[in-house]
Amino acid sequence: MNFETIIGLEVHAELKTNTKIFCNCSTEFGAPPNTHTCPVCLGHPGVLPVLNEQAVNYAMKAALALNCDIAAETKFDRKNYFYPDNPKAYQISQFDQPIGENGWIDIETEENGPKRIGITRIHMEEDAGKLTHDEDGGHSLVDFNRVGTPLIEIVSEPDITTPEEGYAYLEKLKAILQYTDVSDCKMEEGSLRCDANISIRPAGQEEFGTKTELKNLNSFTNVQKGLAFEEERQEKELLAGGEVLQETRRWDDAKKETILMRIKEGSDDYRYFPEPDLVTYYIDENWKSRIGALIPELPDARKKRYIEDFGLSEYDASVLVQSKAIADFFQETVDAGADSKLTANWLMGEVSGYLNNNDMDIEETALTPQSLAKLIELIEKGTISSKIAKQVFADVMEQGGDPEQIVKDKGLMQISDEGELKQVVDGILDNNPQSIEDYKNGKDKALGFLVGQVMKETKGKANPQMVNSLILEGMEQR
Amino acid sequence: MSILEESVASLHTKIKNQEVTVAELVEASFARIREVDADVKAFLTLNEDRALEQAEKLDKQIQNGGEVPFLFGMPAGIKDNIITQDLRTTCASQLLANFDPVHNATVMDKLGESETVTVGKLNMDEFAMGSSTENSGVQETRNPWNTEYVPGGSSGGSAASVAAGEVLFSLGSDTGGSIRQPASYCGVVGLKPTYGRVSRYGLVAFASSLDQIGPLTRSVEDNAYVLQQIAGHSENDSTSADVEVPNYLEALGKEVKGLKIGVPSEYIGEGVDEGVKQRVLEALKVLEEQGAVWEEVSLPHSKYAVAAYYLIASSEASANLARFDGVRYGVRDENAKDLVEMYKETRSKGFGEEVKRRIMLGTFALSAGYYDAYYKKAQQVRTLIRRDFEKVFADYDVIVGPTAPTTAFKLGEQLDDPLTMYANDILTIPVNLAGIPAISVPCGFSDSMPVGLQIIAKPFAEETIYTVAHAFEQATEHHKARPEL
Amino acid sequence: MAHISKEDVEHVAHLARLSVSDEDLEKLTEELDAIIGFAEQLDELDTTDVEPTSHVLDIHNVLREDTIQPSLDREEALKNAPDQKDGQVKVPSVLE
Repeated sequence: MNFETIIGLEVHAELKTNTKIFCNCSTEFGAPPNTHTCPVCLGHPGVLPVLNEQAVNYAMKAALALNCDIAAETKFDRKNYFYPDNPKAYQISQFDQPIGENGWIDIETEENGPKRIGITRIHMEEDAGKLTHDEDGGHSLVDFNRVGTPLIEIVSEPDITTPEEGYAYLEKLKAILQYTDVSDCKMEEGSLRCDANISIRPAGQEEFGTKTELKNLNSFTNVQKGLAFEEERQEKELLAGGEVLQETRRWDDAKKETILMRIKEGSDDYRYFPEPDLVTYYIDENWKSRIGALIPELPDARKKRYIEDFGLSEYDASVLVQSKAIADFFQETVDAGADSKLTANWLMGEVSGYLNNNDMDIEETALTPQSLAKLIELIEKGTISSKIAKQVFADVMEQGGDPEQIVKDKGLMQISDEGELKQVVDGILDNNPQSIEDYKNGKDKALGFLVGQVMKETKGKANPQMVNSLILEGMEQR
Repeated sequence: MSILEESVASLHTKIKNQEVTVAELVEASFARIREVDADVKAFLTLNEDRALEQAEKLDKQIQNGGEVPFLFGMPAGIKDNIITQDLRTTCASQLLANFDPVHNATVMDKLGESETVTVGKLNMDEFAMGSSTENSGVQETRNPWNTEYVPGGSSGGSAASVAAGEVLFSLGSDTGGSIRQPASYCGVVGLKPTYGRVSRYGLVAFASSLDQIGPLTRSVEDNAYVLQQIAGHSENDSTSADVEVPNYLEALGKEVKGLKIGVPSEYIGEGVDEGVKQRVLEALKVLEEQGAVWEEVSLPHSKYAVAAYYLIASSEASANLARFDGVRYGVRDENAKDLVEMYKETRSKGFGEEVKRRIMLGTFALSAGYYDAYYKKAQQVRTLIRRDFEKVFADYDVIVGPTAPTTAFKLGEQLDDPLTMYANDILTIPVNLAGIPAISVPCGFSDSMPVGLQIIAKPFAEETIYTVAHAFEQATEHHKARPEL
Repeated sequence: MAHISKEDVEHVAHLARLSVSDEDLEKLTEELDAIIGFAEQLDELDTTDVEPTSHVLDIHNVLREDTIQPSLDREEALKNAPDQKDGQVKVPSVLE
């Protein structure tokens, strides 16, 4: 039997406002527990919320960038449930008049090629506090700093049909949110979070199968892995004559499997009703276009431009635009005069390798577009060899500074003076008659050895092409 | 005669001229409380040390030639659902018995600007749910006119303390009649302002779309002085109106000649005590004599107001009172085995019966499958009730009727049946649903208990209300009557 | 018991995090049933096409600036907490 998979993704992104959505407390991450609270976000008796304009602007900006229709009239509702991290025992959210609806984003995967994924809705709401488990085992501890941080929840249409598409959707969504500069999108800090649900049904069947919900998906890779595991688990279950239950399951990254958390009975009863403490918000064309004008060039447009203007390959362009920080860096390096293809190679090679190995963002390093451009220029001009360049790169990455100065200070300039090189080559040839003999007998390796010796003698600074031809010339003369 | 019998205006002049010190005034307030409050039981918490300290400070300011704003040094009582920083605020609930607020209600900041002296916090029906103050989780307040009778509610302590002369004025809150009905029962003046006229920030929410804070005083003039001080837009209440605050004092003394009064037939018909009806008709005659005209009008949807109100108010309350969960404040049940039990035991032990009943009703009305039938339906009926008022106000300046269908009843008399108790609010509730202002002013007695005259006006027409109420008051002696305690 | 059953009352009590003893259940069910029965008189009114009133005033677009103001000191923020540890509010474990 053939099955079809339907995946739904709910993404929560914290908006990068200075203050919380309904009070003036700071949203700064990482402060000592309960130092960013006030009677409003603590849900003290008698307090009232007042909406942060910037939160609306950011939510609208995101909704526009995700091609949503913006509600002409939007309002807030109370979602009622008890939990220690939810101070008022209701969350102020949006129920039937979300700020954005009917959006979409385009993705591309190897298996299914280009595809448009619909976005059902984007709504604003307030974040909950943070719970940790007390070491005594019987208690939980609550930090209310995060309570009231503005969130947008982005809900996808049931258009995603493979875990890979789910991954591509998340990557693209994150890129767009970063480009629009409304969220930091740091999963490790919780500023981007994802819940997934998945169901399968026999191919051709109209109605959806029973879906399971996945929690604890702390990276996009884990979303993909969790969905792939769940897809297979459900398929096995059905093929064995069993049934899929409406469950919430947790991805266990160590065991590489999903684990049952709880079986859901019926639907949750959140008793939504309009928030009487807040008013209606009308969004006119004027407000909308004011926010729309702030949206920068988005990843797809930038990719197209990189291919057309800089002649980058489709692949290189799509890798570069995935992160706004990298794409901006690329742009500025090229603007500083560097060759676009070499810049792309460096960013995708050395730079990306360094960032991965050190688990850093490019902003956290000492590298600047100007220094990278200079480094590339030094290679192009033959001032330094590629090998030396890597050495200089490591310095610039860690300490910063002008590569040209570093090359000068450390005397790393490439030796391209024929006379100087010939002297070294002659010395090496004099000392290695056996290698010359070997080469003449057809052992090509011997040439490599001789070049290596010259490089060693010159501490890697010799111009490799020149060394090569001087050795060949020298051997012929002997 | 106690110094506290005098009007705000007179005391203001005397303080300013240093004929009376603030300390004398505040001490007189505490002396009266010591004298009568064992019988009246209006106060839950007294603020004596700080009040006397403040009085001393204010007297020094006057001696040094400092400014003397209008309510400067006036002793006031505050309903215990208004948040007072560092002064225990309990909403007369056992659940909040130890709550020590870290912030102030906006009205407290505004009173603070004129250096009013907070004497203490006043009893009420727990979380303002009730019409007799018998639902207080702490004590039963008595009607100063006859201590076997209830003072009305939910602002029973606010009305009783003013009637008993313990304070110069008090603040109450009105969700379905909770200022006007006790004002009526206790023979004082109580105003529910237009929704949005006074900031709700710091008023512990019962029903957010209906609640308003308002003043209770012995005279209309005093009332206008207090409203003047607490009214106005507030940045921390999104539902407070950005409408200019007029000078309410200028409304006093204006003529009512030519004023058109609508008297809803529903307000003087079946269910209204004959004595109450007679006092209202006499009051209308007083206004007629001054050139006002009155006609019977109809508010046809009035009879549905109580049902709509209980659904709306209870639904909102079910969410508003959910925060009392024993996590961040309040009296937590410490014996619970787990989290769910902690919630349930804290709330079940902390809340009284009426509060739990309304939370249950509201939770049910909002729950899946019932929202449209109950909550939404009630909100639609609310629209019909608003339109009733709009229609009448197209032709009339004010609507006049009784505040409550009866005078105060005896303690314990109506406790058994919640539905009978709800009927006390039948004439006040429509006003809250429509969000419009209304006052209750004393208009005589029936069977030795005070009767209140209700005067209702268009949104933000508190001036009109004061003009009419003042004209009536000045033409009669009712407001001069004092209970014997 | 036309409007609400004991099971409904138990369900609602759980949603509202209230405990109801067996003795109280009967009485509460009767009371709520009477109140809901009373409320159902609203069904006499035809409210088709009547907009519900959530707000009596036509106030809209109330917004504030995104400017930080000082938060409470932690001690002040937690002074009413029934139980606390290491600057956090302590509650029975959320793990089931």
